[in-house]
Amino acid sequence: MTKIDPIAPKDRYKAGVMEYRKMGYWQPDYEPKDTDIIALFRVSPQDGVDPIEASAAVAGESSTATWTVVWTDRLTACEKYRAKCYRVDPVPNAPGQFFAYIAYDLDLFEPGSIANLSASIIGNVFGFKPLKALRLEDMRLPVAYVKTFQGPATGIVVERERMDKFGRPILGATVKPKLGLSGRNYGRVVYEALKGGLDFTKDDENINSQPFMHWRDRFLYCMEAVNRAQAATGEIKGTYLNVTAATMEDMYERAEFAKSLGSVIVMIDLVIGYTAIQSMAKWARRNDMILHLHRAGHSTYTRQKTHGVSFRVIAKWMRLAGVDHIHAGTVVGKLEGDPNTTRGYYDVCREDYNPTCLEHGLFFDQHWASLNKMMPVASGGIHAGQMHQLLHLLGDDVVLQFGGGTIGHPMGIQAGATANRVALEAMVFARNSGRDIVAEGPDILVEAARHCTPLQQALDTWKDVTFNYTSTDSPDFVPTATVSA
Amino acid sequence: MRVTQGCYSFLPDLTDEQIKTQLQYCLDRSWGVNIEVTDDPHPRNTYWEMWGQPMFDLKDAAGVIAELTACRKSFGDRYIRISAFDSSHGWESVKLSFIVNRPAEEGGFFLERQEIEGRMIRYTTRPYSSQLPEGQRYG
Repeated sequence: MTKIDPIAPKDRYKAGVMEYRKMGYWQPDYEPKDTDIIALFRVSPQDGVDPIEASAAVAGESSTATWTVVWTDRLTACEKYRAKCYRVDPVPNAPGQFFAYIAYDLDLFEPGSIANLSASIIGNVFGFKPLKALRLEDMRLPVAYVKTFQGPATGIVVERERMDKFGRPILGATVKPKLGLSGRNYGRVVYEALKGGLDFTKDDENINSQPFMHWRDRFLYCMEAVNRAQAATGEIKGTYLNVTAATMEDMYERAEFAKSLGSVIVMIDLVIGYTAIQSMAKWARRNDMILHLHRAGHSTYTRQKTHGVSFRVIAKWMRLAGVDHIHAGTVVGKLEGDPNTTRGYYDVCREDYNPTCLEHGLFFDQHWASLNKMMPVASGGIHAGQMHQLLHLLGDDVVLQFGGGTIGHPMGIQAGATANRVALEAMVFARNSGRDIVAEGPDILVEAARHCTPLQQALDTWKDVTFNYTSTDSPDFVPTATVSA
Repeated sequence: MRVTQGCYSFLPDLTDEQIKTQLQYCLDRSWGVNIEVTDDPHPRNTYWEMWGQPMFDLKDAAGVIAELTACRKSFGDRYIRISAFDSSHGWESVKLSFIVNRPAEEGGFFLERQEIEGRMIRYTTRPYSSQLPEGQRYG
């Protein structure tokens, strides 16, 4: 790596244009402080652009720089405020791509504001012309910064205590068809699924307040269904009432109504924006409400490896922002999800400390400083026949959502729900008894189906359904590879 | 009707041999194990009566089974559950809970609706059995 000698102030601040690397944004000797925020970018420079200059430009444009030298820098402690790119590595097996490590001083950020963090880190720089593409891969958030956020309104442990559900994944389903049901018909699906054995049902991301079903009607019928199912089973049930709306005032109104009806959970969509999410997280904490986040829209910027923001960064931001549930992939279902990358997301949601793990896409040690844990949600194209794989891959603290896999059951919704619950309990029981569920999973399901006809029917219906496609977002490192220093 | 609280209510009632496998799983992880009894199975009745103290530092599940057998002798007509507590930092709560005994006849719940303004309804879930005093509800 080339070392840059300090430039005398009279040369450094002469009017005109200067390379970013010479302006102080490339500091290969810099050792990040414990309180620095660190961002890792995947930089794809335009042909002929030096990777270090490109990376220094990213540091500059995401902190203090503009395209030309400005003397007003000299009125500030500008060396402190400059982001410092301190390391640039070629991406393994990806010519033309580089990992740039950039450190930002804590004072660059307003405490407790995802909007401010994201405005800095991804605000301007993604359209920068000398780059073909840019992706924010990971961030190290110092404890000093983590502690300025509320974090998940409820958290996994308190959610389990409130719901009285311990020792197994939570079961849910999204009501289908996602559009067109009247409030009365919609509540029917909720009742059948909850009575059959699910813990939660869920509005879909685009169920808000449409001509076929206005929100108040949905809330009222859904809560009738929840209470009926609770009385029929003696078990606590819930349904995620989607309060996503055009304005904060509308969202608060809907959330307050959900609360007045006794709902234990409300939901929002990622598209409402970071500030609205943080507002709802604070509302949820004030009102003892679990807050579910549907990551609607994320694939527009998370899926392609060369450009955008990795979902692991979004997961970190959402844990800070304070949601309780976040969709984080199924591995085996119909939506994008490499097993190792998904494991990384789950660890971000659920652990108090994430050690660096390149093969899971985690580039930094991350301490969460006892911030509440977020419950990951696995949803999209999963069914009872995959229960052993789901439990093995995703563990206990997850909501498994079988929408089609409940409502599409040949004998009806209750039967579909029962099939899923029996498959789940049988698999957890078998694992705890010491059986190897990965190897014996299919046998365990067949045994359980002997006392549960709906499970047998579910296994028969979906036995061959798999979604085996190559992931677009897989880790760059395999366990045996070493990182170039 | 069958109260489906706890981890294994959708499986056929567990035998003591089966219960033992789950207890051993808990003890192997150093979770404290508690036996709890109630004749009020309301879904939000959090605090069931404790059968003695939670058992910490136990190695062999046979010890819990002996306590469970004694508990059944006194309260065989009630709901009994096992709750296992994990004291690890960041959890410090129940880690597994499952029902190991039920009344022969489970009465179920009455859902009372109080119609109020704006089509809203106040719901109250009431176990039919709770009309009777404690101890006389089942059997």
